Amino acid sequence: MSYHNPYTPPRKSATFDDYTLAEIRRAAATGIYDIRGAGTKRKVPHFDDLLFLGASISRYPLEGYREKCDTSVVLGARHAKKPIILKTPITIAGMSFGALSGNAKEALGRGATIAGTSTTTGDGGMTDEERGHSQTLVYQYLPSRYGMNPKDLRRADAIEIVVGQGAKPGGGGMLLGQKISDRVANMRNLPKGIDQRSACRHPDWTGPDDLEIKILELREITDWEKPIYVKVGGARPYYDTALAVKAGADVVVLDGMQGGTAATQDVFIENVGMPTLACIRPAVQALQDLGMHRKVQLIISGGIRSGADVAKALALGADAVAIGTAALVAIGDNDPHWEEEYQKLGTTAGAYDDWHEGRDPAGITTQDPELSKRLDPVAAGRRLANYLKVMTLEAQTIARACGKNHLHNLEPEDLVALTIEASAMAQVPLAGTSWIPGKGGF
Amino acid sequence: MDVSVKRESLEAMRVFDLATVPLRELNSALHTIAPGTNDTSFEVVNPRGSHSVAVGIDQPVTVEVRGSVGYYCAGMNDGGAVTVHGSAGPGVAENMMSGTVVIEGDASQYAGATGRGGLLVIKGNAASRCGISMKGIDIVVHGNIGHMSAFMGQSGHLVVLGNAGDALGDSLYEAKLFVRGEVKSLGADCIQKEMKPKHLKLLAELLEKAGVTDVRPEEFKRYGSARTLYNFNIDNADAY
Repeated sequence: MSYHNPYTPPRKSATFDDYTLAEIRRAAATGIYDIRGAGTKRKVPHFDDLLFLGASISRYPLEGYREKCDTSVVLGARHAKKPIILKTPITIAGMSFGALSGNAKEALGRGATIAGTSTTTGDGGMTDEERGHSQTLVYQYLPSRYGMNPKDLRRADAIEIVVGQGAKPGGGGMLLGQKISDRVANMRNLPKGIDQRSACRHPDWTGPDDLEIKILELREITDWEKPIYVKVGGARPYYDTALAVKAGADVVVLDGMQGGTAATQDVFIENVGMPTLACIRPAVQALQDLGMHRKVQLIISGGIRSGADVAKALALGADAVAIGTAALVAIGDNDPHWEEEYQKLGTTAGAYDDWHEGRDPAGITTQDPELSKRLDPVAAGRRLANYLKVMTLEAQTIARACGKNHLHNLEPEDLVALTIEASAMAQVPLAGTSWIPGKGGF
Repeated sequence: MDVSVKRESLEAMRVFDLATVPLRELNSALHTIAPGTNDTSFEVVNPRGSHSVAVGIDQPVTVEVRGSVGYYCAGMNDGGAVTVHGSAGPGVAENMMSGTVVIEGDASQYAGATGRGGLLVIKGNAASRCGISMKGIDIVVHGNIGHMSAFMGQSGHLVVLGNAGDALGDSLYEAKLFVRGEVKSLGADCIQKEMKPKHLKLLAELLEKAGVTDVRPEEFKRYGSARTLYNFNIDNADAY
């Protein structure tokens, strides 16, 4: 009797999947690691894994559109003579002129201003357009000190000392030569066309004791008027928050690994740092242990997309959130309108992340004057304002359903988790149980 | 003006005794100089290692500090003339925009870090990372400088009458370095360059500006960037 081997389909390795194989071939062909923009693309436990309980017999809700649910937030009242007062707790994260076009920065300023929130400079200094179009502007104090000067410090509304960011805790940046226009080069005191390294450490301080002295210097230079934020990547949130508070910060900005970057190594983005969800509770715990929760504000960023995400971050103890990637999408990044051009770049709308190459069809992550013209800063600013207002409304909707008359009254007790991982990270019970992994003995 | 701040001398030099007056009063006074006033001379006594002495000056004032200071003295100076009659802690004249800062003694780490303009003169020695990330400042050190000085220096000039420590000018951009003594080692992409007549002229001007009269430009060697690391190349990875 003859034996006929039945057909078995080819089996690909889960470990060596198509993407991994392509990356090995790419590295072998080019001799360089992959550099890209944006944050992690891997799936990590996130706000999607949490649900609100809403009201019930023991909790009564507030009436939508009728009963007040406040969304305002005050940032920096700990030491600053002029704290920041925002209408919504959703701020715009730091992104540089250089990484972004002038029109994109203007759009961010316009949108934030309409919505009553702040926007933030980036690694490259403050432009007059950005200052002019931003009612409330946070000025980043970065290791590179590109564009840093005391006049801009004084015309800022707050100062953000950047220690790290979620996409690359412990990493600096690189603005490749393609994006170094005359203006960008001049702002950064470097020749045109060369790669500009953004340092990973500050040049004149190391460690928390030095940071305390550095904060004192910045306060003295600005006559104690400006709130001083300290931004850290999601690495050791309990200790980083505690040390920032000890050093005298008014506000701690904590950026999880979903937070974007203009450009860094893919291996860094995907393998260093913790998910946003895992960062919040340790940071809040540090503030509570020091008796500083709500006195030093906590701004959470990294993967905030909707009012639900905002509400969840606030329920876990944050005072405000910051958005970067989502704000770029709102003004037009990765829009399918440009699909044909994304295809020419070997990608597709929704996946384009070669922000460092300066060829963005949407005119956002570029210094090319022709591409930049594609972005109308007025219309794009309006889109961002709409988006910010929708997110605020969404967060209010949830807060009212939970019976809260201020977004800050949301609390962990309002939440349950869908997965064991999210339950452990957010320290809220697995849905339908009273179990939180790591609490109560197992 | 606060009663604890006393006036001295016919030149109306304002004296701040940091043993009794808070630092805030000194810096606040320096930031509130009325335009056109003649009242621009300050003296600081008993600094006792205080941090952030005379930071954020934005007017052409003169400040004489009688003693040693801590971190960031004259930080972000923009137009002031600050003299420290003692030694300075880390980050003296960091991010200076313009003006002059003179340290009669030694300076600790990161002297003149990220400075964009003005002149920093250190009459003693400077520790490590002198002129780190300098962006246009001129620094003249009478003594020696420590390791990793002018790291990632972008522009400006660093003149050293003594010796330089390890890894001078590592990852240098366009800052120009002149060292009269020995250089223990050069950092990545930093090389010795020919001293051309235009460099001798430039150095003579820098020395004159810093009040150095007893040395000649011909005694110095010039160092700068080889510019091989300006655009990333995987075959240069060993340089880091």
